[in-house]
Amino acid sequence: MDASSPTAVRVRIVLALVVAAIVSAACTPGGSATQATAPPAPATTGVPDTGPITLTIWDQESGQVGKIWDQLNAEFEDTYPNVTIDRKNRDFGELKTLLTLAISGPNAPDVVEANQGWPDMGHLVKAGLLLPLDNYAQAYGWNDRVSKNVLAVSSWSPDGKQFGTGNLFGYTTMGEIVGVYYNKQKLEDLGLTVPTTFAEFEQALDVAKQAGEVPIQFGNNDAFPGIHEFAVIQDQMSPVSDLTDFIFGLQGSELSFDTPDNLQAATTLQDWTNKGYFTPGFGGGGYDSAVANFAKGEGLFMITGNWIVENLGADNSDYGFMVMPPIEAGAPPVSTGGAGYPLSIAASSGHPDAAAAYIDWMTSDHASELLLPTGQIPLHTGAATFTVQPGTVLADVVDAASDVSKANGVVPYEDWATPTFYDTMTAAIQELMGNRISPQEFVANIEQDYADFQSSRT
Amino acid sequence: MDDQPAVLASSALAVGSRRRPERLPGEARRIGYLYIAPAFILYAAFNLVPLVQGINISFYNWDGITAGTWVGLGNYTEFFTDPTIRTGYVHVVILMFFYSFMPIVIGLFLAAVLSRIRIRGLTFFRLLLFLPLVITDVVTAVAWNWVYDVDGPLSTVLRTVGLGHFVPSAGWLGDFNTALPAVGVFGMWGQFGFCLILFLAGVMKIPASLYEAARVDGANAVREFFAVTIPGLRYELQVVLVLTVIGTLGTFDEIYVMTGGGPGTATSVPAYTVWRRMFQTGQVGSAAALGIVLMLIVFAVTYGLNRIMERGAER
Repeated sequence: MDASSPTAVRVRIVLALVVAAIVSAACTPGGSATQATAPPAPATTGVPDTGPITLTIWDQESGQVGKIWDQLNAEFEDTYPNVTIDRKNRDFGELKTLLTLAISGPNAPDVVEANQGWPDMGHLVKAGLLLPLDNYAQAYGWNDRVSKNVLAVSSWSPDGKQFGTGNLFGYTTMGEIVGVYYNKQKLEDLGLTVPTTFAEFEQALDVAKQAGEVPIQFGNNDAFPGIHEFAVIQDQMSPVSDLTDFIFGLQGSELSFDTPDNLQAATTLQDWTNKGYFTPGFGGGGYDSAVANFAKGEGLFMITGNWIVENLGADNSDYGFMVMPPIEAGAPPVSTGGAGYPLSIAASSGHPDAAAAYIDWMTSDHASELLLPTGQIPLHTGAATFTVQPGTVLADVVDAASDVSKANGVVPYEDWATPTFYDTMTAAIQELMGNRISPQEFVANIEQDYADFQSSRT
Repeated sequence: MDDQPAVLASSALAVGSRRRPERLPGEARRIGYLYIAPAFILYAAFNLVPLVQGINISFYNWDGITAGTWVGLGNYTEFFTDPTIRTGYVHVVILMFFYSFMPIVIGLFLAAVLSRIRIRGLTFFRLLLFLPLVITDVVTAVAWNWVYDVDGPLSTVLRTVGLGHFVPSAGWLGDFNTALPAVGVFGMWGQFGFCLILFLAGVMKIPASLYEAARVDGANAVREFFAVTIPGLRYELQVVLVLTVIGTLGTFDEIYVMTGGGPGTATSVPAYTVWRRMFQTGQVGSAAALGIVLMLIVFAVTYGLNRIMERGAER
């Protein structure tokens, strides 16, 4: 092979590229992370009248909630005529993919809805891309409006290394709760009453199955619903403090997913699957069609969150809602849920004071009152003032959320625990419910992800 | 085979580089670089620079925004230790059967049949068979989602003919055993038209005298296919094989649209894992390393296939 043969030339080009790569390897990707400095407390609350301001908002609200946001935005513009709201609506997946890129770019939005937990908010706090809101919380009295656990899930140490403690980086007054919807007519037809213990619930599943009903309406093609089926079982088998500590990860690798409690929860979920308690072919069924089928009257129970109140109809009295009944009768209610999507202010925003006034507006009593009929639960400590028609599914949801909150039984979403936990959990739950892995393998697979992340933090 | 232009060109180059005379007529001149500059600048800006950046990033543990930490080859060793990455490559190998092997077999068979019989409106049939390739994957994948639904046409047909017990209760894409083959069959449907078009063009190029000679020697249709058609299509086969294998290694669209890598990780493939790590889970360094490894594998496979095919030609 001659030195100038085409192959030799190609070899030399490749070598040059490798050398270039090695040389450039000296430069570390990513800017040096600077912690965002908290803006000073505003002299007055509300939007300062200092000429026209455009606030760009990125959110993922759709349907009825989305319409109410438009209304609230318009009212905000009326209250402060110098403000123009530029609302950019993204769907959940789009927001997840684009938010990091958008907020670190030159034309970042001012206010964003960033999901709590390591995958989203933790990532942004660590990079100094979100403002600490503590001074605003002081000025507007946000801390007194909701309970501590709502603030905790949006709190981070300023360097973004500790979750559930430190400064406030997002704020919401709307809550979520995952629990069990039941079809009242079907319960009665099967000669059942609303179960009050876990054993009674399993009994009801069996009765429904024997009678040829679908015990639990379920479709897991979208992967996320499986997390909720597992969570409500796990919530009854593991102490709340264990679950919360695990998710916040403040004790690093001291805690493990591989516990007897979690093993029991996984075994129960697989057992239910094998007994045919879920919709046949749930692996291929979509979440939306499962909700639609349940609303049409197919299925005795459905395990999901408050957000389907909008689909059932807030004033619907044919359906009831409860948290998963506890193992021991009369034990305090526990369920996954808590704070909804919080609003955060981008560190690069040119109008943090106006952005804070906007967050205050979107979390006001007025906003909550408008949003309540969509099934969004007001977490205001004075929420009892909102009127809800008794006997409706909405009333059940609001009562359940309030009971759980009073009993300190709120468990955050487990997929916040590590940046990859959502992927790991959804895949593992699909495999568990498809009998591809045993409960032992299930807890071991998930623990692997947790241990990897905890060891990478130190 | 010696009259193939590709062979001529490469032997000319070999002759030219044996000695270095002053300048032969037609030898490259420096002004040539000016002519390739516009294309090269674009190529460099959008391919070479990102490639070098990607190699750089792959040595770091980087979340996409904060400063990365140097991990050396840490992201590459993951390739051997992470079982989800391994299964991704196993899935790709299975998909090659559907994306590469089967389309070639079907394409060859149809090309042989279509070239022997003269039917009216051949162009129309050719267009019909080529159509799947022209429509964007994403669009056809959505349609196939419906085909594979538990109540979709495929299941309905099977139930109608009394084969209902073969229909997975979770639908074809929701079942752990059928999801990957279902994606594969979709890809096969899209690929074989491409193979067929190339093979048909190739068959027309084979001199009719060869077929006549074979017939005079008493060859039947099958014999003729193996003795004349397949050797005559060697270059088309090489092109099709390399392109479909590379295409399989880069499988992404249909996984994104049809299964999202699920159920569980039953249909995860390397390109999809790269995307997830890059944009969803903030593992940018790891995603870059996986991308580089994928690129190296594509290079190696292409080189290997070309060598095998060329060696076959020398015989």
